[in-house]
Amino acid sequence: MDSTIKFTANGERRSVTTDSERALLDVLREDLGLTGAKYGCGERECGACSVLVDGRRAFSWRTPVSKVVGKTVVRVEGLGSGEKLHPVQEAFLAEGAFQCGYCTAGMIIAAVGMLAENPKPTDAQIVAGMDRNICRCCAYPDILRAVRRCAGRNRGAEVRP
Amino acid sequence: MIATKTLSTTRRGFLNVLGAGIVIAVAPETARAQVAPAGGRGRGGGGRGGAGGAKTVAARLHIGQDGIITVMTGKVECGQGARAELTQAAAEELRVGADRVRLVMADTGLAPDDGGTSGSQSTPSTVPAIRRGCSAARGLLVALAARRWEVDAKTLEVRDGKVSDGAAGARSLSYADLAADKDAEKLLAGAIPADVVMTPVESWKVMGTSVARPNGRDIVMGAHHYPSDVSRPGMLYGRVLRAPAYNAKLASVDLGPAKGMTGVVAVQDKDFVGVAATTAFLAERALEAIAKTAKWEDPPAQPSSEALYDYLRERVRGGAPKNPFADEVAKAAKSLRQSYHVAYVQHCPMEPRAAVAEWIDDKLTVWTGTQQPFGVRGALAQALGVAGDRVRVIVPDVGGGFGGKPTGECAVEAARLARGAGKPVSLRWTREEEFTWAYFRPAGVIEAEASLDDRGGLATWNFTNINSGGNEVQSPYRVAKNQARFVGSEPPLRHGSYRALAVTANTFGRESFMDELAVLAGRDPLEFRLAHLEGGRLRTVLEEAARRFDWASRVKDKRADVGVGLACGTDKGSYVAACAEVVADRKAGTFTVTRVCQAYECGKIINPANLMRQVTGAIVMGLGPALREEMRFAGGKILNGNFADYEVPRFADLPELEVHLLDRADLASAGAGETPIIAIAPAVANALFAATGVRVRQMPIRLGKAKAN
Ligand code: FES
Ligand code: FES
Repeated sequence: MDSTIKFTANGERRSVTTDSERALLDVLREDLGLTGAKYGCGERECGACSVLVDGRRAFSWRTPVSKVVGKTVVRVEGLGSGEKLHPVQEAFLAEGAFQCGYCTAGMIIAAVGMLAENPKPTDAQIVAGMDRNICRCCAYPDILRAVRRCAGRNRGAEVRP
Repeated sequence: MIATKTLSTTRRGFLNVLGAGIVIAVAPETARAQVAPAGGRGRGGGGRGGAGGAKTVAARLHIGQDGIITVMTGKVECGQGARAELTQAAAEELRVGADRVRLVMADTGLAPDDGGTSGSQSTPSTVPAIRRGCSAARGLLVALAARRWEVDAKTLEVRDGKVSDGAAGARSLSYADLAADKDAEKLLAGAIPADVVMTPVESWKVMGTSVARPNGRDIVMGAHHYPSDVSRPGMLYGRVLRAPAYNAKLASVDLGPAKGMTGVVAVQDKDFVGVAATTAFLAERALEAIAKTAKWEDPPAQPSSEALYDYLRERVRGGAPKNPFADEVAKAAKSLRQSYHVAYVQHCPMEPRAAVAEWIDDKLTVWTGTQQPFGVRGALAQALGVAGDRVRVIVPDVGGGFGGKPTGECAVEAARLARGAGKPVSLRWTREEEFTWAYFRPAGVIEAEASLDDRGGLATWNFTNINSGGNEVQSPYRVAKNQARFVGSEPPLRHGSYRALAVTANTFGRESFMDELAVLAGRDPLEFRLAHLEGGRLRTVLEEAARRFDWASRVKDKRADVGVGLACGTDKGSYVAACAEVVADRKAGTFTVTRVCQAYECGKIINPANLMRQVTGAIVMGLGPALREEMRFAGGKILNGNFADYEVPRFADLPELEVHLLDRADLASAGAGETPIIAIAPAVANALFAATGVRVRQMPIRLGKAKAN
């Protein structure tokens, strides 16, 4: 059944008339042309479809669009302001924390969500916080460095433990 | 001179129309024999992926009158870093910064066919092809300036895209100025001189530096459009009806239920059945509706993963090969015979196969994620019955390949749907489809037998790879009587290329076996290997890895349940050695890889940061098939086609990782996307043996409750 669904996406009010069972990911991508969040598995195992719903990470492929009525959805495209990158985006870029980059949107969102709760995570906390996201290129060491950099813990190359 | 670079972590719009300017033709540098993509059911996995198929023009370079330099290549960026590296190649020879070069990749309508993106060929083939073209272009532009100024071209110099009169220092002309010259086009249309000179390594300014991925900013902003992100006006979303099991034939299907739905188109073309709808959600519903009506013939009996290795052994083509040194083995003081198994694994790139197809006036354009744009253009032309010149394939930078995307199944399906629907169609395979209908890295059985002489040296060596492929099946170790070969079998699953393909299986078998032989000879694994290795690049990386890992003292330190192991190997002109440490939990039957130290050498390094990413990525990716990845199947069905059951490496798997890159300015650069993956699995198996006394002769390596052996 079609219904009109209103939510905020990156500061803009959005209204979509559609079947309320559709996945948030599909509505973002197909109806709103926002393709930053990706499909990776459809089973909450990879994190590629991550977005922030009211500041918390959600897997948008498994979130029916009806669940975000009245809520605020933040996707990777909307993190920065204009040409200015969000610090987590800056860190990923500075560390070159991607290879193909397909997982990157989900990784950045996961990191933003995690850092909002814990701005100074230890390595073990980063691993625990990010472990639901898969990077098949296995850029994990670089991503780890990027997140550490956001936490102000390292800059570029680092020393062995 | 060897320099090393070290990294450690702790544990834990493409260009649619070119503007006015000149187009420079470049000789077909990369033209090589056409090789079909590796793989395909019933063939050994021994292929190498595609090769160059350029006919007359290998590369084109365009300098706009606005000064923008556009370089075109048929190569694909799928995460390996080709975009940065090929940009560097062009910038170096043109004497400009990397940011001045715009690289158009993998568009059959614009770019030359540089061969498929596979077999680590971009570095040894395409980098030189682009360099030669750009160097020739520079030379011709300099000649043009010389003619204008009536001076000897040798007196001119080029810097930052400007030709200047070095002696007088007063005059200069930019490439853009020269491109606007009325003679430019004609002059530059000529062939490249055969003796075109490339910039020597000592003068490199852009190559050899860590140029970042040119579109990295788009990636972190979520602004890059991957093949699955492409959108066209009026586009529908497709789904394809799949058989419930391999080799199950469609008996009948009723498209009626789908056709009755608003916004849905159903398409049938013999065995191909699919739907396209205004949303992916609706397409899914429509597919479910017709799937309920589909009747399938029972598929023939098919083997299961449980019986896989016997199945492959029993079907060896030409029968089980004999050891030609059987007499020596019988007489030898010591000999050993072992078998090693390597499971089927999946590439599972994060972006599944995806394609958007659009027909306009019988012309087909397909945006798709493939490593072989020109091959897929041919496949589309054939499948859809149109001339090749009416098909254009565009490959936006792809979300991962790993050797898994040379073919065009998804592109063909999208094109069929789009033709049936009369509208552009986007088709993105589901993860389950990707696990089931893409192909696999071939499983294999390695049979090895060797004998030792009285001094504990190798006397005979007989090594056979069944099914997975012949790449690097030859041992690098010195043995007087030596036979190594690949024999085909009847693979139960469709297999094909994969990062390093069979080299992983062959290296796992050989390096595990060498370890077992070292034990038999009562010698240290490192010393035993070195005793059979001539001086050279492989020996150098092995010594480097061992030294950095501190092998000599690590083998003496005997802590319970902790072990170290090493392995080395070569593929496609580069060399790798890995040392690993594992900690076992005998009660739980599990173990953890706690530390990896790898040395790698691929000649002169073109982009150190990108190389480091490739090497660390390959090690961690290699941990997957080493520790857990294995396709399970029975009755023509995949049993673990999802990320919950097929466990790829995650953050939590990160060992303490140490990589040492050896930079050899005296050697040609080799591709590095594959070889760094081959040594990790045997290093881990050997370390596990050292920790527990249990020899696991299978990938994935599982400890379980096995007893020491
Ligand atoms: S697609 Fe959402 S978790 Fe994988
Ligand atoms: S960069 Fe390719 S999946 Fe993460």
